[in-house]
Amino acid sequence: MFTIEILGKTYNSAAVFGQLLIGLINGSFYAMLSLGVAVIFGMLRIANFAHGAQYMLGAFVAWALLNLPELFPGSGLPSIGYWPSLILAPVIVGVVGMATERIFIRRVYDLDHAYGFLLTIGLAMMVEGLLHVRFGSAGLPYGTPKEFQGTFNLGFMFLPYYRAWVIVASIIICFGTWLLIERTRLGAYLRAATENPELVQAFGIDVPRMLMLTYALGVALAGLAGVMAAPIYQVSPQMGQNLIIIVFAVVVIGGMGSILGSIVSGFLLGLIEGLTKVVYPPGSTTVIFVFMALILLARPQGLMGRT
Amino acid sequence: MTEAEPHLTVRGLQAWYGESQALRGMDFVVRRGEVVTLLGRNGAGKTSTLRSIVGILRQRTGSVVFEGRETVGLKSNAIARLGIGYCPEERGIFASLTVEENLLLPPVVAPGGMTVAEIHDLFPNLRSRGRTPGTKLSGGEQQMLAIARILRTGARLLLLDEPTEGLAPVIVKAIGEVLRVLKQRGFTIVLVEQNFRFAATVADRHYVVDGGRVVAEMTNHEIAARQDELKTMLGV
Ligand SMILES: Nc1ncnc2c1ncn2[C@@H]1O[C@H](COP(=O)(O)OP(=O)(O)OP(=O)(O)O)[C@@H](O)[C@H]1O
Ligand SMILES: [Mg+2]
Repeated sequence: MFTIEILGKTYNSAAVFGQLLIGLINGSFYAMLSLGVAVIFGMLRIANFAHGAQYMLGAFVAWALLNLPELFPGSGLPSIGYWPSLILAPVIVGVVGMATERIFIRRVYDLDHAYGFLLTIGLAMMVEGLLHVRFGSAGLPYGTPKEFQGTFNLGFMFLPYYRAWVIVASIIICFGTWLLIERTRLGAYLRAATENPELVQAFGIDVPRMLMLTYALGVALAGLAGVMAAPIYQVSPQMGQNLIIIVFAVVVIGGMGSILGSIVSGFLLGLIEGLTKVVYPPGSTTVIFVFMALILLARPQGLMGRT
Repeated sequence: MTEAEPHLTVRGLQAWYGESQALRGMDFVVRRGEVVTLLGRNGAGKTSTLRSIVGILRQRTGSVVFEGRETVGLKSNAIARLGIGYCPEERGIFASLTVEENLLLPPVVAPGGMTVAEIHDLFPNLRSRGRTPGTKLSGGEQQMLAIARILRTGARLLLLDEPTEGLAPVIVKAIGEVLRVLKQRGFTIVLVEQNFRFAATVADRHYVVDGGRVVAEMTNHEIAARQDELKTMLGV
């Protein structure tokens, strides 16, 4: 045990590292979620305010898959656990996203941004409201997968295996998505269509279908984050509401539509938030927005946004 | 010129940008292996004609038959897949893509396209620039890239919109060489030009466009004799 000095005050190292670690875990979720928002905004020019609800859906689908026998008694359906859900739930949520794009979102591409905002926020409120009617606001429990029961003793603190997994998985997911977009042929289509969709289509690419799949990809990422969140935070209809505003702040700080920017600022802001909890706890809920305001003043295009 | 079969037949093509009509009944034919230019002053409707053929300009009526198939009514991605390569007036090089990514972007739509090595032989400037961002190239190199990337796809009809616009004379000359090579390789080319002197060095036939219609047609042999008439029509 040792102490750390920040801004002339001394703090217990366990407290500092503990909060930084919590910050890193929160940052993992900020990064995964703002990544999806950035992918969708970059391609579709839609600020997807349904992202929090889609994250919540991922957690709910995982919960429902686990509780199939209780939800449909007598149907003989098996209980589907964490690992299959990690694939199944994002696919299910992604397919819902695909349908959402087809039925609703594509109608507002050519309209003012305000319509996309109102549409996605309206859809989110509807889904959250319906689930609230059915399940109430008390969180539903989702157990930690048995492979991850246990903790690392880091000396200055205990790190549950599951949380370590979340950090690692999130880094892999973020890096994988970045590679997909920046280094593959499919990613080149996406980047090109962001610049000039008409021309990309005139080269023979079905751009409307690509937009639908991109939306589905972004939404599936939200669903995946939701499954990963289920064992840490409780599964509740509001779990995305609390996050979505922070996620948009992160995206703005990273630079609207910048993939790398949203990843970096996701982790960074998680850490900044954690540090604020040590130094000035009452400020921890607002520090991200203060940071956003400062960034917008100093660098309106965001940390990594193109001008 | 022997009478080859028509590769592209445009009949009564009309097109609109919202309420405003840009094409008022374009009629022309391009035979297989021919290089045909569309000449005309600013705002004549040359670009709109190409954009209507490839389907970027969707508000259109009339008939565009490519290799025996009607394409008015098809979406642009479906038209491209029939084998039409389009090089836009503004070049359309993607800033967020490298030179190589720009070159490899248009999907192959038919067998028989040029290989990357053949393309590099034709455009030596693009060789070894693969990792440069597309828009960091000079204007002339960007134009070369815009042409180069539609040669890989197997498209047999190339629509080139003012490939010499704003370029230095040596580069214009180099593009002229490229077009002659492409003609030798059997590509059918529709070339939009304002510079009829350049057009005369590469084309078999010319259509003069004005007010969204074809107002005159001439073979390359006639161009010298009809120069004064042409200059009046082009307003030069
Ligand atoms: N995006 C647009 N919106 C509205 N009108 C347009 C648009 N683009 C072109 N026009 C109009 O359509 C007509 C034909 O334009 P077009 O661009 O086809 O001419 P052009 O022959 O290619 O001219 P230039 O030699 O200047 O390239 C013009 O009257 C022009 O003002
Ligand atoms: Mg033009």
